[in-house]
Amino acid sequence: MNHLPLIIKREYLTKVKNKSFIVMTILSPIIMIALISVVAYLSQLNNDKVRTISILDESGLVESAFQSTEKTKYNILHNMSLSDAKAIVKETSSYGLLHIDKFSNVDDISNHIEFYSEESPSISIISNLENQLEKKLTNIKLEQQGVDVSMINASKVYVDIAQESFEGEKTSKIDSVVKLIFGGAAGYLLFMFIIIYGNMIMRSVIEEKTSRIIEVIISSVKPVQLMLGKIIGTSLAGITQFVIWIILGGVLMTIISLVFGIDMMQSPQQDMLQQAMESPEANSQIQNLINAFYNLPITNLIIAFILFFISGYLLYSSLYAAIGAAVDNETDTQQFLLPIIMPLILAVYIGIFTVIEDPHGTVSTVFSFIPLTSPVVMLMRIPFGVPIWQQLVSLLLLIGTFMFTVWFASKIYRVGILMYGKKPSYKELIKWIKY
Amino acid sequence: MSNLLEVNKVSKNFGDFKALNNVSIAVPKGSIFGLLGPNGAGKTTLIRVINQITMPDNGTVHLDGEALNENHIKDIGYLPEERGLYKSMKVGEQALYLAQLKGLSKAEAKTRLKYWFERLEIGDWWNKKIQELSKGMAQKIQFVVTVLHQPKLLIFDEPFSGFDPINANLIKDEILRLREDGATVIFSTHRMESVEELCDDIALIHQSNKILDGRLIDIKRQYKINTFEVGIRTNNKAVLQKELSEKFEVSKANFKSLEDELKLNIKLNGDAPNDLLNFLTSKGDVSHFVELIPSVNDIFIQTVKNN
Repeated sequence: MNHLPLIIKREYLTKVKNKSFIVMTILSPIIMIALISVVAYLSQLNNDKVRTISILDESGLVESAFQSTEKTKYNILHNMSLSDAKAIVKETSSYGLLHIDKFSNVDDISNHIEFYSEESPSISIISNLENQLEKKLTNIKLEQQGVDVSMINASKVYVDIAQESFEGEKTSKIDSVVKLIFGGAAGYLLFMFIIIYGNMIMRSVIEEKTSRIIEVIISSVKPVQLMLGKIIGTSLAGITQFVIWIILGGVLMTIISLVFGIDMMQSPQQDMLQQAMESPEANSQIQNLINAFYNLPITNLIIAFILFFISGYLLYSSLYAAIGAAVDNETDTQQFLLPIIMPLILAVYIGIFTVIEDPHGTVSTVFSFIPLTSPVVMLMRIPFGVPIWQQLVSLLLLIGTFMFTVWFASKIYRVGILMYGKKPSYKELIKWIKY
Repeated sequence: MSNLLEVNKVSKNFGDFKALNNVSIAVPKGSIFGLLGPNGAGKTTLIRVINQITMPDNGTVHLDGEALNENHIKDIGYLPEERGLYKSMKVGEQALYLAQLKGLSKAEAKTRLKYWFERLEIGDWWNKKIQELSKGMAQKIQFVVTVLHQPKLLIFDEPFSGFDPINANLIKDEILRLREDGATVIFSTHRMESVEELCDDIALIHQSNKILDGRLIDIKRQYKINTFEVGIRTNNKAVLQKELSEKFEVSKANFKSLEDELKLNIKLNGDAPNDLLNFLTSKGDVSHFVELIPSVNDIFIQTVKNN
């Protein structure tokens, strides 16, 4: 008799009808969105603030370099002593005072520039000031030595290396960023999914043990069926939760940005991107971005995502189920969880640090074959173009391991669910397999 | 009478530990079969083998003449000693789920559950969660779930634990009624008085071995010691006791009675009970004459100690 659908249905319904599950499903996106809005709102406030910087240029050479912008106003002071200037700046509550000493030699000037302020100034402001001063002073020095600055500017050359694979696919830097985001998102999603729902499976196995219902059930169904039913049912509940999160999150985000006018996506990085867009190359940049999406191996990505996600998830969740069966309560699980979480975290770190640096290097390639890390690492590598044979070999290894772990886990599960009272050691777990 | 269940030379090892050693039992159709033994003797392992939860290393199990297989799951109802229900699930939903796992259709399970809930007067529990019920209440539901699919073989492991005397009696009557309806019952318990009361056959397992089995009456016959408990009114107790001890093996007896009489246990060595009775009537008024039949409790303790 095949009871798998019945078990899946029960597991799914009890999970979905569970109060804390419902609360988590609804509350999580609300909290997330609320947090993001607050951060976005605050950084917007911060950005709107206008800073005034007073400048006392006793040399009279560089003050013309400072042009006020929207966010920074420069207040040029004239004909006063440094101490007077400081007093004024303090009174007018300017952000700070930039003092350029009275020298005529450019090198002397550059060595005697100081910034006075109430609190220590932000790095970006100082480096901004330094940039402007350097530019101006360099130009003055060049002129003093009889070099035509306009000629230098005119003869500047900009290089943008066009990238193309041997197959004729054009790529660009933006391509790499898009690939990174796709791969990273896929790998991270799998990681999160395993941690959240693996634990849920484990808890539900422990619950069956502690409520002592297990013996009644396995007198009707095979333990393997029960385990698979649990894994599949819980995963379906997980997918339901994820979909609700995405939809609810999207709707909330749209509402908030419409009602409160907060741009969630606003960030300093975007400002820079905007600035870049304003340059003559802007059009080609946008074009590049669109091209980058088209250049992704979309079909390959989707198929690989589904296959690696499912096998990787099943591999880990069967281990979680086995742990749940081996222990009596959740506090005893730590010892067994560590060896499962380690490879997962390793996979994410390799994905973040190595795949970005060199997606086809030895480390990334090797770890995209090792079954416990391969789902995450391979998913991160695929957007960069992985030969099909590598994907196939890795997937076959993964499926082989997954079948082995399900077999292994079901052995532990079968014995473990009827064992009460003591926490088993690894040695005993190995012994159980022979029972 | 044919046997419903035949367990033939079953052995099971867990690592170095021998849980069952060449155990054979035969459970006659329509009987109540007591599976007895001290703690850790191997009863639960044997029951799990019959339920196909544990696979035996050696030996065979036949149900109704057929080697045990997956189709037999629906023919067996098992109430384990370690039992429980999903705490946060509603009673009705849960009972339906468990019944469906035993192969009943949802509609059929619902009809039967309604019937049983009415019968045990627990109809208004349908929408309650298990965690709202007391232990005894939950046990009732487990009992219903065990018998709902009308299995040929019912296995009860300590069925009365957790019940008050009224409910224990109710469950006992239900078990007897199920037997009348044709079910065969295996009954594992440490409460010897219920074995005495219910069981037709017993098997005693001790340290992984079966050390005794058969019809309870036959076993009692085998264990009886030809001793009679007698009470006799006489004017001279001491003389009579002396006379008796010359003819028979005599020891002091203890039983409650209304008279002040001579109370003795008398063992016959080859004599017929009537010889003793005739002798006694010639000496005084016999007020008490009972053959001492060993209780299951005595047989249990004696057999386990001797092994």
